[in-house]
Amino acid sequence: MNTRKVLYQFGYRRSPDQDCPSPVRHPVIVVGAGPIGLCTAIDLAQRGVPVVLLDDADRIGEGSRGICYSKRTLEILDRLGVAAPCLQKGVTWKIGKVFQRNDLLYAFDLLPEDGHKMPAFINLQQYYLEHALVKRAAELSNLDLRWRNKVIGLRRRNDGVTLTVETPEGAYDLDADWVVAADGARSAIRDMLGLAFRGEVFEDRFLIADVKMKGAFPPERWFWFDPPFHEGHSALLHKQPDDVWRIDLQLGPEADAKAEQSPERVIPRLRQMLGHEDFSLEWVSVYTFQCRRLERFVHGRVIFVGDAAHQVSPFGARGANSGIQDAENLAWKLALVMKGDAPGSLIDTYDLERSAAADENIGHSTRSTDFIAPRSAQELRFRDSVLALARHAPFAQRMVNSGRLSTPSTYETPLSTPDRDQWSSGLRPGAPLPDAPMLQRNGQPIWLLEALGGEETILHVQNGGTVPQGSRVLVIGEDLRDEHGFFMQRFDAKPGSTYLVRPDQHLAARWRSADPAAIEKASRRLKGFDGEHA
Amino acid sequence: MTALIVENRFSDPDRAYRALIEAHRGLSDQKSAALNSRVVLILANHIGDLAVLQEALGLGKQSMEQTIPDPSRLKSND
Repeated sequence: MNTRKVLYQFGYRRSPDQDCPSPVRHPVIVVGAGPIGLCTAIDLAQRGVPVVLLDDADRIGEGSRGICYSKRTLEILDRLGVAAPCLQKGVTWKIGKVFQRNDLLYAFDLLPEDGHKMPAFINLQQYYLEHALVKRAAELSNLDLRWRNKVIGLRRRNDGVTLTVETPEGAYDLDADWVVAADGARSAIRDMLGLAFRGEVFEDRFLIADVKMKGAFPPERWFWFDPPFHEGHSALLHKQPDDVWRIDLQLGPEADAKAEQSPERVIPRLRQMLGHEDFSLEWVSVYTFQCRRLERFVHGRVIFVGDAAHQVSPFGARGANSGIQDAENLAWKLALVMKGDAPGSLIDTYDLERSAAADENIGHSTRSTDFIAPRSAQELRFRDSVLALARHAPFAQRMVNSGRLSTPSTYETPLSTPDRDQWSSGLRPGAPLPDAPMLQRNGQPIWLLEALGGEETILHVQNGGTVPQGSRVLVIGEDLRDEHGFFMQRFDAKPGSTYLVRPDQHLAARWRSADPAAIEKASRRLKGFDGEHA
Repeated sequence: MTALIVENRFSDPDRAYRALIEAHRGLSDQKSAALNSRVVLILANHIGDLAVLQEALGLGKQSMEQTIPDPSRLKSND
């Protein structure tokens, strides 16, 4: 059925590049203006790198698609200038409930802690995020977004790439020092390079339907194993803005994808689930899921991000969230390398760090899918045994897996300087920094992550001694005051404690006292210079 | 006094579950049942405490009173 609506239409415009006799050379070309390509391009442009962003379409809004955006993603979007419209439009949620039949097995609360700017999750149709990103992109004069520019050819050179781009007015060539492939799970760039995309394909089919209705359900994630309205299978209900609800129904491996999408099939299923017929269909699709990845994300001057690099099942909201974290990991590294402030080998740490993150996400997603969609009678018995025991034994409750929701990765990376002092908080080198509410010198409140922005920063807790030197230093107690003690607690901070923060707000190094030589060394190390691994 | 530990003891229970699933991948139902029986015997011996074994058997049986898995469900999509 075709319930797809074009929500935002953009126009093709001729670029002066198309009138040049020889290919115009650009520092970075990003291919694919989905959320990941847009985030990459915006982040690079904000860092002063001119970007051309190509997309083969000229519209966004075909289906809600990704709907769950995590706290870390929102923190990144905030730095990119688009969190506010997303938060305003999105449905904030933090409670999840898991049912078997009609019975509540357990409930979870994702963010039981105060003192964070961003909520644990928001739900938002992907096209709203994309629209906010496109608007932001338009504000950046060094970001050139070209709709209906389809890459149809790619030639690699030692120091760059030549792309052949097809437009409504014919094809033209572009040279790039770097190409970022953000062209999705069916990446054409990946095919042009002949790269294998390997992993596991799940046989079970799932029906994903977005319905519009005035519901009496709370804004929570509800997951059912074997519900009375859909016996023997799983179901998920999740609220989106505009009174739209995401419904996800497991159909089994033998379901007929085409037939299942017909309103004659879909509407009775939903009527049974919702108990009424007072809803309209916004979007319907039938899916099978894959968990797979490229062996390497960096191929010379071509770098893969998001679904083009790795694909997961949707249980856990790890697709868009991990892709946006790819974008943020890559952007600062590429910007430093292009400005000559870091060695080219820094790009290899994108592959290292985000490959490990992809494996983590694929692992979680695979294990969730195994639990949700058992493949044999024995797997079903194990699954149902866990569900039955969950009512009697806490250990089994912990095994119930309806999707482990996306959390950012802590990087085991040569860019981190190992601790030499004793620390007791959960924070570790390589981890994203926790947020904390602070006060500026003028007494105005500011969040720690807002104050950090996207620059390498030294955070130093005032102790009356010499303040460390670096390109950017924020003194806790002067520049930022920790009025409520959240910072001291979350960073296990004491007077003198000093933290070196990467441009992506992950911790690079920390010390109990500021040692200029150690700070200088760690700062070079986080940029990929002479790490102790080299 | 109860001796059976019912609190989670794995640092990552999802990985333990996955290990069980992987061990059975590709086995016929009969072979799976045979593997399960062997693993139960191995773990029972590892525990080496008849009281704990009795308790585990009791808990298992108790949890079966409410729901009895029906493998034929796997085929029914409608």
